[in-house]
Amino acid sequence: MLSYITRRLIVAVPTILILIILSYVLMFAAPGGPFARERPLPPEILANIEAKYGLDQPYWKQVWDYVVNIVVHFDFGPSFKFRDQTVNDIIGQGFPVTLTYGLWAFFFAVTLGVTLGVVAAIRQNTWIDYLAVGLSVGAQVLPNFVLAPILVLVFALWLGWLPGGGWNGGAWQNVVLPVVALSTSYMASIARIMRSSMLEVLNAGFIRTARAKGLPMSRIIWRHALKPALIPLLSYLGPAFVAMITGSFVIDIYFSTGGIGQFFVNSALHRDYSVIMGITILVGVLTIVFSLIVDLLYAWIDPKIRY
Amino acid sequence: MSTKASLFAATALALLATVSTAAMPGEGEVLSDNQTFTYRVLDEFPSIDPGMVEDVEGSHVARNLFEGLMSQDADGNVIPGAATGYTVSEDGLTYTFTLRAGMLWSDGTPVTAGDFEYAWKRAADPAVASPYSWYMELMQLENVAAVLAGESAPDTLGVKALDDLTLEVKITTALPYFPQMVTHTTTFPVPRWVIEEHGDGWTQPGIMVGNGAYVLSERVPQEKIVLTRNANYWDNEHTILETVTALIINDENQALTRYLAGELDQTDVPTGQYPSLLEQYPTEASSTPNLCTYYYNVNMTETGEPALQDARVREALALAIDRDIITQNILAAGQVPAYSLTHWATAGFEVPVTPIAAMTQAERDARAVELMTAAGFGTGGEPLELEILFNTSDAHQSIAVAIGQMWQQKLGVTTVLANQEWQTFLDARGGQQYEIARAGWCADYNEASSFLDIMQSNSGYNDSKFVSEAFDAEMLAARSAADPLGNYQAAEAIIATEFPLIPLYFYANVNMLDDTIKGWPFENAQENWYAKDLYRVAAAE
Repeated sequence: MLSYITRRLIVAVPTILILIILSYVLMFAAPGGPFARERPLPPEILANIEAKYGLDQPYWKQVWDYVVNIVVHFDFGPSFKFRDQTVNDIIGQGFPVTLTYGLWAFFFAVTLGVTLGVVAAIRQNTWIDYLAVGLSVGAQVLPNFVLAPILVLVFALWLGWLPGGGWNGGAWQNVVLPVVALSTSYMASIARIMRSSMLEVLNAGFIRTARAKGLPMSRIIWRHALKPALIPLLSYLGPAFVAMITGSFVIDIYFSTGGIGQFFVNSALHRDYSVIMGITILVGVLTIVFSLIVDLLYAWIDPKIRY
Repeated sequence: MSTKASLFAATALALLATVSTAAMPGEGEVLSDNQTFTYRVLDEFPSIDPGMVEDVEGSHVARNLFEGLMSQDADGNVIPGAATGYTVSEDGLTYTFTLRAGMLWSDGTPVTAGDFEYAWKRAADPAVASPYSWYMELMQLENVAAVLAGESAPDTLGVKALDDLTLEVKITTALPYFPQMVTHTTTFPVPRWVIEEHGDGWTQPGIMVGNGAYVLSERVPQEKIVLTRNANYWDNEHTILETVTALIINDENQALTRYLAGELDQTDVPTGQYPSLLEQYPTEASSTPNLCTYYYNVNMTETGEPALQDARVREALALAIDRDIITQNILAAGQVPAYSLTHWATAGFEVPVTPIAAMTQAERDARAVELMTAAGFGTGGEPLELEILFNTSDAHQSIAVAIGQMWQQKLGVTTVLANQEWQTFLDARGGQQYEIARAGWCADYNEASSFLDIMQSNSGYNDSKFVSEAFDAEMLAARSAADPLGNYQAAEAIIATEFPLIPLYFYANVNMLDDTIKGWPFENAQENWYAKDLYRVAAAE
């Protein structure tokens, strides 16, 4: 097991390097640049700015300097667009925000989604099942960019119960709507995955044996059915967890939370090279770490899986 | 020349006599206990360092944190700021500003002419690499080109503190609008001792020191910026607003909802919603002129459509557009049809009566058909297909669709619409990889040359690649003319004959502003607002 983890972590290093190089290639291939303006800057001024940020260096040198700065100083460089901030500042400020609403959203999506899925599976083809499936399909077809404005309209403008946006240091009033908007569609997906995998497990031979033995239904579900039914869900939850804690463009835009989710799109539009790279590496590293964790969880759930 | 010098002297004296404005509640107005102002901005500020600021939102913040030599009143007139006035030499090339005595920075250090000298040299310093360093070139400061190119030390720039309260500025061309230019953020003073100690981090709350009416008290990137009263500001006793907060809200509809929910005092009106908002909230919705012009560039080079090199075709295209439909039916928020590049509300400018401006739309349409037929294109002639390029946006798209239809119906010219992401669009337009391209320009200072300069042969924003010696000559002559209006009108007349660009409409600022906020400079066409001039009255019972 330990050697497996070590091997996976060693492979992660070249993976990240390839990620960095590929991102750089794509970035430089895109037209424009961080200092392209509606009225182009005079050449000598553009040259001054590019020299300040090292953009006058050959590509290989830029990538090399970038990697060295991260490894040696853990410095992801200055933002090209936001001159008052570094990439470390931006991530240091925005990541705690998305982590907060992402963790809450994950918690609700998983608990509600799993409950809904299990209940629907146990009561298959009853009104409970139809209601659960109906709810999850409804939640799935309501994208968060539609849900978010509706929530604000209802809870901020009409009812006046909650602020329509802002973060306010993470006060609960500001966290509620982003969590609801973010978790809804994940919850729906989780419920559907859970329902179908639960149904599959409930029809398996060992469950029939357990029932034949006269075990109560609740014990069958908790002791025998839930764990194997979680396996398909687990492979979904790994990437979903990373996506949730790194935030969402839509949530950050509609609720002005100040999270890093908005940078996925905006830094690319601004050609803010260093922010694009910082976010890419953050998401890359988290994805690698959590897919490793998911793999280890498989072994815990299913003793047949060994590394 | 002598008449001009005396004209300058008169202006300077007039300025000395003017009292600086401050928040001045009218009679019978009762101030609210809640002296806060919260407004919406679209995006995080790229910078609030006055030497670095290059966007409108950032300059609003810098204008509250710092004070330049000159300021603007509610009508956009130049009034004394940190300087009480100035004198100009006979030849118009040397300005001497006198600073107000006894001014302090927010940390208690005296404000001196040396702070301005340092700030200007810093803004031009290649090592600092300010994206707005070209503004120093626009001001025609002595030796600025060599400094920007790195050939001379920043210290050789034509600005010098003669003593603590006297700043001498040397420029190479007499610019009648120079005093107007020192109301711009790039010319604001910055605290040397703070910048030298903290480097780029000097703009953080608790560290940043300013000479303006407010200080930075809180900044949460991507969420908000909060300014509070600067007790050391020289005119603090006349300031009324205690707190100014800018909330960063990317989505304009979301911002409007939050405005209506009472979370904001000011926000922009999304396209198309002005008529209904005006009806529902007549005391809050407003539309005022904004010194920007929306137009189409015509690619006049070989890479464009060959037919567009024919001036008759360009004129026909310009004539056939019914601008009233665009301003009244599509935008519907107080925008004005444009037949010139320079905005009608620009100070000292009157839109010349060119043929296109004088005709009725029916006459324009008839003339357009005539010209297009003469050129041999369109209905009955050679088929012509044009591509309209714009950056992705619903409003640009609606306008392009409407114009395409007008050209099709009136001239038989078919159009293809092409939208591109912003940076790709800039690349294509700047590289003349287009036929017709959407463009917009906002004045850097309230003077016609701020618009017309962009069409000079050597301008970096002349994406039509329009080359006209006559046009350049008018612009050159305008610089030294006692009254340049005639030159500007002649330059506009050249545009209205050659049509290297097709003016479409003049922008408007379309806002919702809470009706308890008073002192808003509606008459300032650049909408340069100073929080120290605003105040909140108690809500009517």
